Amino acid sequence: MTGVLAPPRPLQSRRAIAAVAFAYAFLVIVVPVLNLAVPAGSAFHVSDYTVSLVGKILCYAIVALAVDLIWGYAGILSLGHGLFFALGGYAMGMYLMRSIGREGVYQSDLPDFMVFLDWKELPWYWFGSQRFLQACLFVILAPGLLALVFGWFAFRSRIRGVYFSIITQALTFAFMLLFFRNNTGFGGNNGFTDFKRILGFPLASPRTKVALYVLSATALLGALALCRSLVLSKFGRVLTAIRDEESRLRFCGYDPVGYKLFVWTLSAVMCGIAGALYVPQVGIINPSEMSPANSVEIAIWVAVGGRASLIGPVVGAALVNGAKSWLTVSFPDLWLYVLGLMFILVTRYMPRGVVGLLLLARGRKP
Amino acid sequence: MRLDTPQGPVLYLDGVTVSFDGFKALAGLSLIIEPGELRCIIGPNGAGKTTMMDVITGKTRPDTGEAFFGEANDLTRLSETDIAELGIGRKFQKPTVFRNHSVLENLELALKTDKSVFRTLGAKLTQAQAQRMDQTLDVIGLRMQAHRTADLLSHGQKQWLEIGILLMQEPKLLLLDEPVAGMTDEETARTGELFQSLAGKHSLVVVEHDMHFVASIARTVTVLHEGKVLAEGTMDRVREDPRVVEVYLGR
Repeated sequence: MTGVLAPPRPLQSRRAIAAVAFAYAFLVIVVPVLNLAVPAGSAFHVSDYTVSLVGKILCYAIVALAVDLIWGYAGILSLGHGLFFALGGYAMGMYLMRSIGREGVYQSDLPDFMVFLDWKELPWYWFGSQRFLQACLFVILAPGLLALVFGWFAFRSRIRGVYFSIITQALTFAFMLLFFRNNTGFGGNNGFTDFKRILGFPLASPRTKVALYVLSATALLGALALCRSLVLSKFGRVLTAIRDEESRLRFCGYDPVGYKLFVWTLSAVMCGIAGALYVPQVGIINPSEMSPANSVEIAIWVAVGGRASLIGPVVGAALVNGAKSWLTVSFPDLWLYVLGLMFILVTRYMPRGVVGLLLLARGRKP
Repeated sequence: MRLDTPQGPVLYLDGVTVSFDGFKALAGLSLIIEPGELRCIIGPNGAGKTTMMDVITGKTRPDTGEAFFGEANDLTRLSETDIAELGIGRKFQKPTVFRNHSVLENLELALKTDKSVFRTLGAKLTQAQAQRMDQTLDVIGLRMQAHRTADLLSHGQKQWLEIGILLMQEPKLLLLDEPVAGMTDEETARTGELFQSLAGKHSLVVVEHDMHFVASIARTVTVLHEGKVLAEGTMDRVREDPRVVEVYLGR
């Protein structure tokens, strides 16, 4: 990681900001109009499928951004961020399960999987899960607190580099095993699904889908603005200093633990929010979201798009997932090979990813 | 935690021993540095120079002995961060600057100010701080490079920038580990001038192999050997000491 990362000055030119504003306007105005107002037969119609696909990718982009914040800027490579995403998703999923009411297969007050397990009442940790605001709180608290506790131990013990990455893999794997168990009370390997509505709005309706999609785009824009202001501040310069020369920074009188912990927890919370937006759009959450491979894939999005550029990971998440949704339909056997090849080519020939390549093409030193 | 007696020594080491797996890196080292002093420390490889710096900066804890900064600050108990904050700055052998930051940003990071997370989040540069950065640019002679990325500086410039980083923290004591290694003659001469100008305002401890450089700046020289002080005095006196000749200069 020496010398390839530019100083932390992303999204500073007027053109870059205008491009982001334009993309946002396109996503939240043009796409919804083409989906809702243009009749399905028209060539300009955007299908519901496309809207949910893009909505899904927007959630992934938030995750990629969150990983860039800690990997690209603070030099902490997490290979377990899928866990925080899934926890946010589960927190929202609990609310969605309770919102099904008696419309489930067993027509019970309890979620179907609990009836199936012959449980008579809700476990204590499901208390209040029918309240939307509580769900929102847990979307933040569940990944946030886990990240805070895990990070506190890891950073205080000065666990760094590949050791840290491996532990994050183990963490997400452990949680996956935990969530696979039926007795954990989160639906075992089936997870949560068959959601009916959110805040009373039917999830099957195109309008609800568009609303969730617009919300995701807005959350991404907000996350982008937040990360930008962070990395352009002195705080951001301290982060990059931790990445490049942690011991020198310590001799300057900084304690890196607090900085790492702050940005690590913030990153986890961003993932949690992304997960909460993702679950109602795809209609399912299960422990496979916590699989180690999932988290590795997130790191690939960031590497492909370009680390320490903020916009790069967003582009990377869109490119890789766009390619994935096309390839897994057209050439399902090929996808993993393509993903692996992409990762090798990018790390070998494009250390700054697609964004770095674009900057190079424009004649600027990356 | 403050330097309470301006007339007392800045640094006081007495009988410091450090051993790693039975090997005595320091074997009863005693050293006193006065305020404003410029002290050069020489000695063959393995004499304990780096370990001595590690003890002073809190990186290594001595097995026995005393290490005080001023009268009240026990260096054997304070953390590295606390020691840095108290006013001991250390320059590493290899220049370590924040290579992806500009020269000014390097100085900004080193500003003497509250470095807690939440203070940094809302930090704004004050007039006084900007002035301080400006003055330091002149002291280290990097005004023309203020907005250059540190990675693009020459080796000598990087060394000066690192000294600038240390100066930003307004240190009372500067530890400099082989500061002129790899420098051109001209850069070495300028570094010598820089040290002379800093002495008086700060106490400087310079560990150096370059005897020519030491002779050009030294007022007092301490020779370390096998973890102990072998000789101490002016350059001329030390040079003539037969024990010194035997272990170090004669080679």
